[in-house]
Amino acid sequence: MDTIIKVAGISKKFVLHQQHDVTLNVLSEISFEVRKGECLVLAGRSGAGKSTLLRMLYGNYLTETGSIQMRHDNRWLELVGANPRQIMAVRRHTLGYVSQFLRVIPRVPTIEVVMEPALLRGIPAAHARRRAETLLARLNISERLWSLAPGTFSGGEQQRVNIARGFMVNWPALLLDEPTASLDDTNRRVVLELIEEAKAEGSALIGIFHDEKARTKVASRLLDMESEEINHV
Amino acid sequence: MNLALKNPMPIADENAALSSTLPLLKVHQLTKLFGHEKGCQDVSFDLYPGEVLGLVGESGSGKSTLLSVLSGRMPPDRGSVQYAEDSAEDNANWLDIYAAGEARRRQLLRTEWGFVEQNPRDGLRMSVSAGANIGERLMAQGVRHYGQLRETALHWLQQVEIDAARVDDPPRAFSGGMQQRLQIARNLVSSPRLVFMDEPTGGLDVSVQARILDLLRSLVRELDLAVILVTHDLAVARLLADRLLVMRRSRVVETGLTDQILDDPQHPYTQLLVSSVLQA
Ligand SMILES: Nc1ncnc2c1ncn2[C@@H]1O[C@H](COP(=O)(O)OP(=O)(O)OP(=O)(O)O)[C@@H](O)[C@H]1O
Ligand SMILES: [Mg+2]
Repeated sequence: MDTIIKVAGISKKFVLHQQHDVTLNVLSEISFEVRKGECLVLAGRSGAGKSTLLRMLYGNYLTETGSIQMRHDNRWLELVGANPRQIMAVRRHTLGYVSQFLRVIPRVPTIEVVMEPALLRGIPAAHARRRAETLLARLNISERLWSLAPGTFSGGEQQRVNIARGFMVNWPALLLDEPTASLDDTNRRVVLELIEEAKAEGSALIGIFHDEKARTKVASRLLDMESEEINHV
Repeated sequence: MNLALKNPMPIADENAALSSTLPLLKVHQLTKLFGHEKGCQDVSFDLYPGEVLGLVGESGSGKSTLLSVLSGRMPPDRGSVQYAEDSAEDNANWLDIYAAGEARRRQLLRTEWGFVEQNPRDGLRMSVSAGANIGERLMAQGVRHYGQLRETALHWLQQVEIDAARVDDPPRAFSGGMQQRLQIARNLVSSPRLVFMDEPTGGLDVSVQARILDLLRSLVRELDLAVILVTHDLAVARLLADRLLVMRRSRVVETGLTDQILDDPQHPYTQLLVSSVLQA
């Protein structure tokens, strides 16, 4: 009953029309479910298609076959073939995504970048600001940077802003693409804490972690993307 | 490995939950051709309140023709554009804009719709003051009170980040970026529900562009505007548009969520378009 995401038989190929129609078969027949409060970790070599899978779940890459069902607004919504408005509604209310890199918007200050997911949901600005400040402080982003646009920040700083943004609201489901890469030990620990807190709040998480220690710490189960097996840990 | 789907639950009617509101615009099989594959043909889509739709494609693909036909400025050869007049919860009065008379169409364009031209000189009255430019739509709607017009003008100058002290200057005295911001204010003052934009940052320096894009982005969100935006700049499309129509030789070749079209384009032409820019 607590299942949030059900994936059944999805595959992905890229056809590169500009390069003699070369076809890359990246994923085939992937199936899994994720429940509230657990974290499914995607494992596999570089190029196995881990990031591709997260992007498909988020609707950033197109899924043509199979089924991706998401608990949204108290019902099951099929995301394969869903229209853009439906995917946008899911992204606003149900599904968060911490990408590997922050996509900066010129001129928008860090604090607003972080607050945005809350504002889009209609959470009052004062409340959102307090939570954003708490997150930025926990992630050791110096207060004098909060009012600056993150375009000129270091890679690690941008990644932490990205993480703060990702944990701004309680997502029913949250996708994490190497959230601990390029972070020092202190900040990595903070991210792992945030993940544990999200699990305790009942989020269903799917993540990619290159760092073995982080992986064993947060994983409820592993999806091995080479043999496509689920291992319980 | 497939975990059995233990709790089969009926899939709800997707549309019921998510789209209780009606479209603002229904476009059906719209066609206007000047020659073989010159213009636009068989374009159909729905636009919802608050949605930003980007029209992208190479020059000559028919983007601006489509925009003219959509915005009531050029009758199509065939097809229709229907606009939801006074829509309530799930009930609208559909106005077929080319079946409606010229007068009604003009009135719509001055009140509930806006049009931001690529060249601000085409959208502004260059010889009257900035304040008068902003006030024009309100006066057409019957606002006569000088103090009220003045106050609104000052408010909108501030909204588009133009110094209030410039209210009596004519746009001739403004920089290109300021003129474009003034044109935006002039359109938004009547609280339109739908705004058409043709390359709104086209002729401007990159630094000036960023400011206008940022301004448009926040205004669109604050005012819950629906926008149909023509741009050849995929970075602008990524920043502003929720959804894209990719046009090539008068036809729509691909549509979808903006980031999906840009990150995982399917059509050979879209792949070419995306791969020809450095980073969008
Ligand atoms: N938009 C795209 N167009 C074409 N090919 C793509 C696209 N995105 C990913 N691929 C290809 O899909 C394959 C899987 O890439 P993906 O990024 O999912 O791997 P990964 O498992 O996340 O690897 P890593 O551990 O290195 O991050 C690669 O061969 C990649 O080149
Ligand atoms: Mg990856």
